[in-house]
Amino acid sequence: MNKSRPAVINHRGQGMGRYVRNNWQLYLLLMIPVVFVIIFKYAAYPGLRIAFMNYKPAKGYAGSAWVGWETFAKIFRDKDFFRALRNSLAFNFLDLIIGFPVPIVLAIMLNELRFQKFKRVSQTILYLPHFLSWVIIASVALTLFKPQTGLINILLVNSGVIDQGIPFLTEKWHWAATYLLIAVWQNMGWGTIIYLAAITGIDAELYEAATIDGAGRMRKIWNVTLPCIRGTMVTLLIMNLGRVMGSNFERLQAFGNVQVRDFQYQLAIYIYEKGLSGGNYSRATAVGLFQSLTGLLLVLAADRFAKKLGEDGLI
Amino acid sequence: MPNIQSTVSQERKPSLFNGINRVHVSDFVIAFIILLLSLTCILPFVHVAAKSISSNTAVLSKQVYLWPKQVNFDAYMSIFRDGQMTHSMLYTILVTVLFTVIGMVLTVFAAYPLSIRGLKGKGVFAFILMFTLYFSAGLIPEYLLLSDLNLLNTMWVLVLPLAFSPYNMLIMRSFLASTIPDSLYEAAHLDGASHFQVLTKVVLPLSKSIIATLSLFYAVGRWNAYADAQYYITKKALQPLQYLLSSMVLNAGADVVSLSESSAQTSTPEVLQAAAIMFATLPIIMVYPFVQKYFVKGVMIGAVKG
Repeated sequence: MNKSRPAVINHRGQGMGRYVRNNWQLYLLLMIPVVFVIIFKYAAYPGLRIAFMNYKPAKGYAGSAWVGWETFAKIFRDKDFFRALRNSLAFNFLDLIIGFPVPIVLAIMLNELRFQKFKRVSQTILYLPHFLSWVIIASVALTLFKPQTGLINILLVNSGVIDQGIPFLTEKWHWAATYLLIAVWQNMGWGTIIYLAAITGIDAELYEAATIDGAGRMRKIWNVTLPCIRGTMVTLLIMNLGRVMGSNFERLQAFGNVQVRDFQYQLAIYIYEKGLSGGNYSRATAVGLFQSLTGLLLVLAADRFAKKLGEDGLI
Repeated sequence: MPNIQSTVSQERKPSLFNGINRVHVSDFVIAFIILLLSLTCILPFVHVAAKSISSNTAVLSKQVYLWPKQVNFDAYMSIFRDGQMTHSMLYTILVTVLFTVIGMVLTVFAAYPLSIRGLKGKGVFAFILMFTLYFSAGLIPEYLLLSDLNLLNTMWVLVLPLAFSPYNMLIMRSFLASTIPDSLYEAAHLDGASHFQVLTKVVLPLSKSIIATLSLFYAVGRWNAYADAQYYITKKALQPLQYLLSSMVLNAGADVVSLSESSAQTSTPEVLQAAAIMFATLPIIMVYPFVQKYFVKGVMIGAVKG
């Protein structure tokens, strides 16, 4: 069979009209999701123009005045914006630095685990937190970490380690650690799947050769497993780097409280509070546009970088 | 369980240990660490569950750890009597089902043509569908759009805007491109089948597993999300379960000050909070063991770029 023959109905020498007539059903199918995203996503892009307007909800698009770059000039003089930007970048980088190695280490440990049944059960359990919403995770975290009635603090106080509950979620530095570690915990199990798949793909002969050379377990991990999953690591790292501008409203909101506002105030919160709650639509839109554009640039840069390193790109 | 996990677990063993069946101390150290990590994923929920069926006094006097004291189901009874959460759960199930069905239809409609080799204009369509993944208009323009579409404060605002997931479409496309051979299409076309017939008679029956997987992706995503409810819905009756829980337990927004104990106790009693958390968590925990293997499959297909 001729491998390069396309699977569409395509008779030799036919014109474009005939081609479309033969394959119109495919285009019809495609049109449905395309129209759908145009209505629900693309139709929102023209709304970006309010970043360059002094938009008043009561006056609508037509009645609001154009102000050019003024809103952006205002943002770059806005202390709140810089605080939100600083926090977003800092926490996203920390998420990446702390969260990235954990699934790798855990995947290697799972791979080395010899008790198969135990392994399967623990994998199932470790994936679980990934399936729970941020409300549930934050609610459970509250019952564990409240200063006086939280389980952890009760245990620590009762055992005499401390006399006063630790303000895990109500003092900003403690909060930062708890907030970051809970995300690590939520993702550690799920993140192993991709690495375990990569490890499965490693040629067993490499391990055999290493064993014959007298390599112990650590040597084999260091000299066989890790080099073989390097590609996966680089791709995931770069993919995550492209996301450092993002910010997850649900996670921030679920863990938020007044005492930790200094750190919890990130771009998603800024946009929500200035925009939807505060009515300052133009400013929130401008910040959103700034966030989307930098995010897009980062992803493109990350993709190019990955390809340069000889890894698969993302796009 | 012939899924990827078990392949992962079984294939490595002989090579690593090279037939020598000795168990080292390090095996137990690793097993112990993994046991501890697994416990961190279970014990918090055991604690909340224990609290939810204990008496208020036992909880307030800090006697409840992992085992309930003075067992009673009053908190659950009051949740059912109050009806708000049960109503919200049924409503969220309806939203989730609609969302999943619409999402899957759109995903299949997009992924099938895009998986066909040689379709003209494919790149343009793929770009249109994928672009929104990398550049979003942001909260306010989307809010204004949904307002113009008259969707604010309706159930549909939870169903429609997010119903098409470019990421899920990519997974579906990779699956179709890699599992359905072109010769099958050609044979069908030689028999005079139209593209619709190929889709319904050939492609869909061969894609049951990926359809199950992606439906679960959609369903769990919808079930857990609530930021859009906070943005777009002010009517209490239209809010999904997760949002309701957040207003009960986290006292959404500024009130979260009540982390400082005194006020927390006067708002929703601890036991009732615990019961509410369990009520919202149980559906996931109950279906989870049966569906998680599909998720693993989805992640693996997603990892193999098509």
